[in-house]
Amino acid sequence: MKKTQVKLQAIQGNHSSALAAIDAGCRFYAGYPITPSSEVAEKMSSLLPDVDGVFIQMEDEIASMGAILGASLGGKKVMTATSGPGFSLKQEHIGFAAGAEIPCVIINVMRGGPSTGMPTRPSQGDVMQARWGTHGDHPVIVLAPDSVAEIYQQTLRAFNLAEQLRVPVVVLFDEVLGHLVESITIPEADTFERVERKWASGPEAEFQPYRDSGNGVPEMAMPGSGYRVHTTGLTHAEHGFPTQDPEIVERVTERLFNKISANYSLVESYEAEQCEKADVVIVAYGITARATRRALRKAREKGIGAGLFRPVTLWPFPQERFIEEVNPDAQILVPEMNRGQLSTEIERIAGRERVTSLPRFDGEPISPQQILEKIVEITAHG
Amino acid sequence: MVETGKTTQEFEIRDYLRTELMPHFMCPGCGHGIALRALLWAIHDLGIAKDNLAVVSGIGCSGRTAAYIDANTIHTTHGRPLSFATGLKLARPDLHVVVITGDGDSLAIGGNHLIHACRRNLDITCVLLNNEVYGMTGGQVSPTTSAGRYTTTTPAGNHEPVFDACELATAAGASFVGREITMHVTALRDLFVQGLKHSGFSFIEVISDCTEIYGRKNELGNSPEMVMSHKADIRPESYGNVVDEPFRPTDLNVGVLSQTDRPEYYTAYRQHFGKQVEGNDDPKKGGAVT
Repeated sequence: MKKTQVKLQAIQGNHSSALAAIDAGCRFYAGYPITPSSEVAEKMSSLLPDVDGVFIQMEDEIASMGAILGASLGGKKVMTATSGPGFSLKQEHIGFAAGAEIPCVIINVMRGGPSTGMPTRPSQGDVMQARWGTHGDHPVIVLAPDSVAEIYQQTLRAFNLAEQLRVPVVVLFDEVLGHLVESITIPEADTFERVERKWASGPEAEFQPYRDSGNGVPEMAMPGSGYRVHTTGLTHAEHGFPTQDPEIVERVTERLFNKISANYSLVESYEAEQCEKADVVIVAYGITARATRRALRKAREKGIGAGLFRPVTLWPFPQERFIEEVNPDAQILVPEMNRGQLSTEIERIAGRERVTSLPRFDGEPISPQQILEKIVEITAHG
Repeated sequence: MVETGKTTQEFEIRDYLRTELMPHFMCPGCGHGIALRALLWAIHDLGIAKDNLAVVSGIGCSGRTAAYIDANTIHTTHGRPLSFATGLKLARPDLHVVVITGDGDSLAIGGNHLIHACRRNLDITCVLLNNEVYGMTGGQVSPTTSAGRYTTTTPAGNHEPVFDACELATAAGASFVGREITMHVTALRDLFVQGLKHSGFSFIEVISDCTEIYGRKNELGNSPEMVMSHKADIRPESYGNVVDEPFRPTDLNVGVLSQTDRPEYYTAYRQHFGKQVEGNDDPKKGGAVT
């Protein structure tokens, strides 16, 4: 099929992320089977050989994360996919990617937890783990799409952000979205932006692999190009070698965070619908946002002024936009398929007294009816 | 075919080191530096360009050696350098990928990665520096600590059986397996040359010594005495021969212990999908040195 044609396809969410990865230029995938994300690996195993890429099923989750980092250091765009228990195992190398600034994309299809939990049931229980799953202060970007089409778009975007900012990017959705089949339009190849990594240039002798190249992000050295650099998980100075000098440690750690905040206009994405004058604003993401939309329609039919704030970039949370968009007097309702993980972040931003959590953690998605009932309850008391 | 010693220039180790990082932080008497010298000597003799050399290491004393090499160096996580190396080699078959690991790194926390790397037979050279102890963390027992030896976690002497790294690698399918002691520097260099030239996964165990922590605690003498004791352990008939008999902890086999002709992973991968294998026979550009 010619790339110029618009392709309408009915596909599942997991396959959508695989198609997007190939379109983004991903040419290396390492993974390990785990429910409910295995279809991502299956799709990549069939797609990659045709585009001169490499697929490998590694011996475990940790190794698959290590392998993609090795391939990324070799110059490839890389991805892996997993779910809860595998996401836990991958954290060691997600930390390495954050510290050594290695571009990579991780798909996490959330299932019930903790531990092996409920492999085939949906959950949004990894929201905090996606942000703080690995030890130490570290940057990470987490994107939370709410449809099969958006999984495609956000996976594309995840690659661009990873390459541009040299940071691990997690695309976070749940079992329902992973297995949901929807018709999506695959965009024409020349209609979306494909960002390439900034490679080292200039005199080899003066090159410092972790020196800010202008926007907070250092240039990366391609092996074999003359820059023989050292990559380490140890805290390192601009020259790439370990340091424990307090001044340098503080400076390089700050830069890790500043490169995200300085470029946050690229990172942030959200949807705000009728938030400015709403009496109640629902903060919802992923599959829960789908149920919320239906609940909102019903609420508005009842004459309730209800709005939706949907973070697509979950971490770092679009805090400033939330403050700008949302009526400061509105009640906030946070439905999510966990015991209230994002709601604590919303409490931090909006104040505890305004925020009501609507948690569900029984392995079932939140229903529109549940959300509607809570909206009615809040507004009646409000 | 690259002949050993083909390079016209004399081997000068400083040409391959990041001398700006000196002084290094290895303890006096540590065997790892001798192994590193032999490895760099082999790389020199094969004419492998530093730009096309990637050295991937794990955590521990062995892991710290990589940084001193003037090449593309990656100091990864504990036990997992082979996972990074696998991705790197598959992404960049033009690079020579050498892994430096230790007994704790690859036989304990990274055991799973080691056996599967052996099974796959991707063209990586894995160097295991075996000093029988976790030196970096202060001298705890490792999977290769000899019976009865004292460590900080075996105050009554080690009661656990040991792993034979070469037996393990052979059983798991490594297509080239060898062992040497640090006293045999030129033999070690030659073993590295053979391992680097081998197309497929080559596994080379170096019997190193930790004088400062392990040697001192067990009253094994100074560094020369420890090295001499390794030499005394060698079975004379094992020199230069493929030895079939099982390894005994006090009866070392050295040299090439096994070599088989199995399809190299990436070559097989390409052929499986009907792709032409990229020409990578130029040793200066990495790839299999045949």
